[in-house]
Amino acid sequence: MQVKRLEKRLTIAERLAIPEILKGLAFTFRIMFRKRVTRQYPEERYEAPIAAKGQPLLVENEDGTPRCVACSMCEVVCPPKAITITGGETEREIEREPEEFRIDMLRCILCGLCEEVCPKEAIVMSDRLELADFTRESLVFDKRRLLTPVSELSNRIRYTKEKYDKWHSPSS
Amino acid sequence: MTTAALIATLVKIAVFFGITISLAAVSTLFERKISAWIQQRYGPNRVGPWGVLQPLADGLKFIFKEEVAPAGANRLLFRLAPAMAAAPAFMTVAVVPFTFPLILDGTRIPMAIADIDIGVLFFMAMGSLAVYGIMLGGWASNNKYSLLGGLRSSAQMISYELAMMVSVITVLTLAGSMNLTRIFEAQIPLWNIAVFPVGTIAFGIFLIAAFAETNRHPFDLAECETELVGGFHTEYSSMKFALFFLGEYSAMVMMSGLITTFFLGGPSLFGLVNGIEDPWIKVLAGLGVFLAKVCFFLFLFIWVRWTIPRFRWDQLMHLGWKLLLPLSLANLLLAGTLVATGVL
Repeated sequence: MQVKRLEKRLTIAERLAIPEILKGLAFTFRIMFRKRVTRQYPEERYEAPIAAKGQPLLVENEDGTPRCVACSMCEVVCPPKAITITGGETEREIEREPEEFRIDMLRCILCGLCEEVCPKEAIVMSDRLELADFTRESLVFDKRRLLTPVSELSNRIRYTKEKYDKWHSPSS
Repeated sequence: MTTAALIATLVKIAVFFGITISLAAVSTLFERKISAWIQQRYGPNRVGPWGVLQPLADGLKFIFKEEVAPAGANRLLFRLAPAMAAAPAFMTVAVVPFTFPLILDGTRIPMAIADIDIGVLFFMAMGSLAVYGIMLGGWASNNKYSLLGGLRSSAQMISYELAMMVSVITVLTLAGSMNLTRIFEAQIPLWNIAVFPVGTIAFGIFLIAAFAETNRHPFDLAECETELVGGFHTEYSSMKFALFFLGEYSAMVMMSGLITTFFLGGPSLFGLVNGIEDPWIKVLAGLGVFLAKVCFFLFLFIWVRWTIPRFRWDQLMHLGWKLLLPLSLANLLLAGTLVATGVL
């Protein structure tokens, strides 16, 4: 059998291991005074980067109306069928708005397809990443809980515009 | 025994035993704190300010845990083992002098619970007993990992005890007494660690053997998580498990105390404390110096644990039998020669 031998024989000091142990002790002693890297979670929260896909939310216009036109594109594209839309009519120029809009966060996989497919930029992924709760009922979000003022979501809307524009450009 | 002596003994038991148990509890907290610092973490900091109540929280948790005994376990020995593991460490408290003897109106009150003239022998006996708790715990669990852990631990403790005891005999040769109070009093001019070369070598051997005796890293083959799950305490839960750990940490405290007494002059500090006139202040200052030295060694135990990887089993035996034992014997011979010829 072929055996690969170490090129270097250990010196007596290395075989005694004591100098090496002292070196190791000095090293760990220095590390004790270094800056800690742990994030103290409930106090220090994680600031999600803009690309993070958290819970999808509905955009609410400045006048308090939903931007959604109940076209059901997101409902159709949603892989786990987490979205349920009941369309309705409105007096506004867009003529249609959702009567009810439910997202079942127990089913949602945060894939972001709804945001990508939406023609009106009416549903966007937010930075809400803490999605645990105590009951199943409270995790099914209705229209009232999903509508969020556009000012809170403007960063993400701008980001999605830049991101998805490349699919819409003529060259592709 | 007069009433006064009885009261003095009871007070000493309460104080010294209390100190040992509290130090053991505090060192569990610092074990976690220092391990965290070495890994750039914070460690427990939720229970109480800076996490100081963590040992209490741990104890409370252990009390409320369910006790489980595996099927086929030897009931009697399974229950006896944790107590047998913890008791020797507690008993060693009896002979360790925590500070200078208190001299009141000409009566000398030694500051060890039992200031016996065979203190060293008592410590050796208790050190040998400690192996039984671990061995029986491993055997009574009816679990192959526990048994292997117990086996390793007994082999390891027996091997390292030899080197340790021979280096203690070196100290006896230098001090000329088996009474632990006399041993530290003999070191007031010069600590044994500074008696070159015999004292220094004996200190090194004793320190290494102390790590092995307390089953601490890098000699913790008895628990050795990666190979043996938890070793001898794999099957233990609740307070029985906690008792093993209390025993381990008390043994650490006691070992630190003994290293201090044997090699670092106990409560003496370059003649500073020794010169204090007021007997009470002298006793308290001596206690402070002694505890500071003990805390340093506790820190060393923890620091080494989180720095050095574990020895392999055969390396451990090799080190114990082929290196430490011959070295300690040669050292004893040298010390004997030097003392007999009057050099030391």
